[in-house]
Amino acid sequence: MSTWLAQHGAAFRAALRRLAASPVNTLLSLLAIGIALALPAGGQMLVANVLQLARDSAPTPQISLFLDLDASKADGQSLLNRLDNHSGIKTFKFIPREDTLARMKSREGFADVIEALPKNPFPDTIIALPANDRPEAMEKLAAEFRKWPKVAQVQLDSDWARRLAALIKIGRLTVALLALLLGIGLIAITFNTIRLQVTTRRAEIELSRLLGATNAFIRRPFHYFGILLGLLGGMVAWLAVAAATWWLREPVAELASLYNIDLILQPLALPDSALLLAAAAGLGWLGASLSLRQHLAGEGNKGTD
Amino acid sequence: MIKFDHASKRFPPGMDALVDVSFAVATGELVIIGGHSGAGKSTLLKLIAAIERPTGGAVLVNGQNIGSLKRSAVPYLRRNIGLVFQDQKLLFDRNAFDNVMLPLTISGFPSQEAKRRVQAALDKVGLLERQRAMPIMLSGGEQQRLAIARAVVSRPSLLLADEPTAHLDAETAADVARIFLEFHAVGVTTLIATYDNSLFPNARQLTLDHGRLR
Repeated sequence: MSTWLAQHGAAFRAALRRLAASPVNTLLSLLAIGIALALPAGGQMLVANVLQLARDSAPTPQISLFLDLDASKADGQSLLNRLDNHSGIKTFKFIPREDTLARMKSREGFADVIEALPKNPFPDTIIALPANDRPEAMEKLAAEFRKWPKVAQVQLDSDWARRLAALIKIGRLTVALLALLLGIGLIAITFNTIRLQVTTRRAEIELSRLLGATNAFIRRPFHYFGILLGLLGGMVAWLAVAAATWWLREPVAELASLYNIDLILQPLALPDSALLLAAAAGLGWLGASLSLRQHLAGEGNKGTD
Repeated sequence: MIKFDHASKRFPPGMDALVDVSFAVATGELVIIGGHSGAGKSTLLKLIAAIERPTGGAVLVNGQNIGSLKRSAVPYLRRNIGLVFQDQKLLFDRNAFDNVMLPLTISGFPSQEAKRRVQAALDKVGLLERQRAMPIMLSGGEQQRLAIARAVVSRPSLLLADEPTAHLDAETAADVARIFLEFHAVGVTTLIATYDNSLFPNARQLTLDHGRLR
């Protein structure tokens, strides 16, 4: 066990030394990986912020039922009873047409127009809050209400929510797509870096085999090298996103305030940050593994087969 | 300790490096393998270290059959063999101490003990004062002694050397030969391939001629 630990410790230190041995190459690789990962990470940061904004500022979605103009108070009452017994509705409110008329009259500019009308143009209205405010569920409820008697029109104010949901979906897909493409890019970068490492260390690798090194011993420092490259690149990406967040925070808040929205950009959340670093390290390891399979097989086994 | 039983080695295009070679080496013996250049001396040593595998007959080392040795067992066989290569194979990116340290790192030796062993090995070949020197700073004879130190640092029971005195002047060659004799004296089975057998007058001599034992 202690030998195992010591060997892993030695391999880890060897990987660090190899990173430090060519600082310019290392720096360039880290920048390439960092910038590649900063795109999906930054996208995730934006999507998370928009999502949070939507949650914070969304009015509770509601369904408006406009009754026929000739509907009597009794008709309205029977509809209210039906809603009372409906399991899909949380609460509801009846707004008599007279109230609506009074409210509209009080609005500047509307009074004259309404006075000119021969009779009250506004119908009785019921505002219902659904138990389930997912767009699809609300759509279903609306369809049901439209079939009820004396209901002239049903209006969902979930349209904006659906638009936002669609937008966020696209945002998420874009982030996933970027992550996929640039993840492959990261694998390619580590693959090539490890290939160069194997080439420059060919003499050491061959000698080590002659002195009784196992395959695991030879590969271990390269694996750590790949993991470290990915992890440090992930940290560069994290810093880039954090810097962008900090830099954009004030202008974004300013823009949002013009629309009466409170928006303070938040940096990557903890789980997202952890995922970023873990994925970066994992992809670095994968790139190293693929590269070793390609460049240590065959030639490297000379003398062992 | 070593047994060749009608062993042959043929390289792919049909070139016979060793043909029907049979001999045995007992534990603690010193054996000189002589013969002209290209007679198969290097190939014979490579078969013992499983760097090459026999294409006919059998090669036994410590009771293990090289021809059928599993690939995963090869590293452990080699850890018990000290190898001095014709081209030395020193690593020029690290100092003398670290060159000698490599076999102990590979076998996972505890580092404090390893440090003492490396210094003991360097002391034995007279390079303790130069342990911080890079190989490029060492003379030909010093480089050869460094290669020997690396071969013996893990205290193998078998020492194989391929032309260890080639390219050395007479005095340095005698010096290197004396080091081998010292290791042999403490019980290490030693096989040395060399065209210059005058350096080891009392050793058992095997002579190869176009891949055959004479």
